[in-house]
Amino acid sequence: MLTQDQLLALINSAIAFGTVIMLGAVGEILIEKAGNLNLGIPGIMFLGGIGGMIAAFYYELNGGASPVVGLLLSFGCSILFSALGGLIYAFLTITLRANQNVTGLTLTIFGGGVANFFGASLNTLAGGVGQISVPVTSSAYIAYTKLGYLGTIGKLLFAHGFMAYLAIALAILARHFLMRTRTGLNLRAVGENPGTADAAGINVTRYKYLAIIVGSAVAGLGGLFYTMDYIKGTWANDGTIEGLGWLAVALVIFATWKPISAVWGSYLFGFVYWAYLYIPGLSRKTLELFKMLPYVITLIVLIIVSLRKKRENQPPASLGLSYFREER
Amino acid sequence: MSTVEKKNREPMILMSKRGELLPAWKAWGIRVIAFLLSLVVSGIVIISVSGLNPAAVFATMLDGAVGTGKRIWVTIRDAMTLLCIAVGLAPAFKMRFWNIGAEGQILVGGIASAACMIYLKSLPTVVLLLLMIVVSMIAGGIWGFLPGMFKARWNTNETLFTLMMNYIAIQLTSYFVAMWENPFGSNSVGVINSQGKQGWLPNLLSPGFNKDYGWNVIIVLAVTLVMYLYMNHSKHGYEIAVIGDSENTARYAGIRVNRAYVRTIVLSGAICGLAGFVAVSGASHTISTSTAGGRGFTAIIVAWLAQFNSVVMIIFSFLLVFLQKGAQAIASAYNLSQEVSEMITGIILFFLLGSEFFVNYTVRFNGRRSNK
Repeated sequence: MLTQDQLLALINSAIAFGTVIMLGAVGEILIEKAGNLNLGIPGIMFLGGIGGMIAAFYYELNGGASPVVGLLLSFGCSILFSALGGLIYAFLTITLRANQNVTGLTLTIFGGGVANFFGASLNTLAGGVGQISVPVTSSAYIAYTKLGYLGTIGKLLFAHGFMAYLAIALAILARHFLMRTRTGLNLRAVGENPGTADAAGINVTRYKYLAIIVGSAVAGLGGLFYTMDYIKGTWANDGTIEGLGWLAVALVIFATWKPISAVWGSYLFGFVYWAYLYIPGLSRKTLELFKMLPYVITLIVLIIVSLRKKRENQPPASLGLSYFREER
Repeated sequence: MSTVEKKNREPMILMSKRGELLPAWKAWGIRVIAFLLSLVVSGIVIISVSGLNPAAVFATMLDGAVGTGKRIWVTIRDAMTLLCIAVGLAPAFKMRFWNIGAEGQILVGGIASAACMIYLKSLPTVVLLLLMIVVSMIAGGIWGFLPGMFKARWNTNETLFTLMMNYIAIQLTSYFVAMWENPFGSNSVGVINSQGKQGWLPNLLSPGFNKDYGWNVIIVLAVTLVMYLYMNHSKHGYEIAVIGDSENTARYAGIRVNRAYVRTIVLSGAICGLAGFVAVSGASHTISTSTAGGRGFTAIIVAWLAQFNSVVMIIFSFLLVFLQKGAQAIASAYNLSQEVSEMITGIILFFLLGSEFFVNYTVRFNGRRSNK
């Protein structure tokens, strides 16, 4: 059996892992609720991650030594990058009515290209060599209060960077926004039936644009958390963010488009993902099969949802379709 | 494009679907203009990050893609692999079945080919190669069958289903890589049968291996031709077109839609599996999680932009691979990261996707000059 320390370590890595995909999923839920299936989430997360990295890198390169300033710069730049990525997607799919899936995939290719290009070249472009690393800025993301040292409970609940809590707050906020506000209701109407929403006087185009841009900014924070906290302010061109991004898309299905379910779902994914470390006698081969589990679970949920056809668990009715008033 | 974006925000703009289709030369003119614009933007990006001279950059690109005989063959080889995937995806997409699982279908096809190369290397070459083709197509077909069956039976969302199947295939590949690891501890399979070359596609024009990739060309072009005939001159192809236009019309006309779904997606998966064979046996001679390398996604865009037209798919495949090879050459020549090629691919595709709007819609500036 697991010792208490091992269990604690497992839960903490599950929370860290979960935070990355939770942010991605909450952003994607906002976008999908507006009727856009954005397969560019991995690309957006790439952009969010590299945006923060670029800001932090140039700040520290020019002698910046204040973790707080680094944090603010990288946070702002990350949001800027991912929102711009979202804007490209929104412009192409809403105004130019390009196909959503194809545009999303292109955004994933583009975002991955931009991020890995700058991730690998920043140092060269700045005249340095080797791995890039932003320890000062990263320290602000990783830091936690003294409560984190207070026994098991403290380590469990308080030993995380601030973004782990921000993610939960954003999920709760998203749920409140979607289910308890007039604007959220309008947004859901746009996703379910844009024609009816339009007739009711809702500005479909504006709602879609805003949902995509805000949702992208939220999803991009997942990439920021990954670079700054999860891998401690470094950059690796290994495509992990892409895998995590697809997992975030999967989590949206798993959570049946409910932000709160995305919270515990993300921790469950993290738990399943890291559980292999603590299973004795697992060979490297079986370990790889074990890593399949989050995807298999999502697949099963997807099938069950389609079998049961419960109305509240279905995707938004107009998901994936462009809306053009004159074509109704 | 950016000027149009600004103008669109003003209420004085009217956009409407074109009453009649644009003549082909005009439609292609728009696409070519979009492509040229995307090159300008990519050029500006490259020059602004690297401070290089554009002419030198272009010369390096050209050299990297077609500078030597070997490089020309590699460009052809990779274009053929991409084309094979696009050809496989086209029927599914034409039917509006969103098969974004090509990555997974390529990988399982690749695994099947590699397994044959490892375990059946004592078979005669021709038998082994034919067996590999069949097995890889079966593997890809199975990977397509599962989402197809669920879609047909319970209307399970195929986009998300095939997406998950990709990752299951990736983990499966990692499993087999760990199993076939060679040498031990390298975490890669290494070149399979590097001594006896069993299961390698041989040269077409000369004896030996790896000098030309003629067989890749023949296999892929044969598949392209067969699929062209299948899509345009067979009953199945006609059914696919009808279902893609309107599922209800198809039902009303007595087409068995569910059966067509499963059949087409199995075919689509099988051809992607074959692309896995081409990638393993005809190019890398190894299997890894990067055997598909994102080409399953790029091919979707190739097929979509070409509107499933075989000839246009050939052109787009070459174009994209040419640009990727060129960008990689720039990257290595000027000590930049290889990923610059993906960034440029993304920019070009954005422009091409956007240009379709101007092919299908007219934009009128409804100012004082209107209603004349």
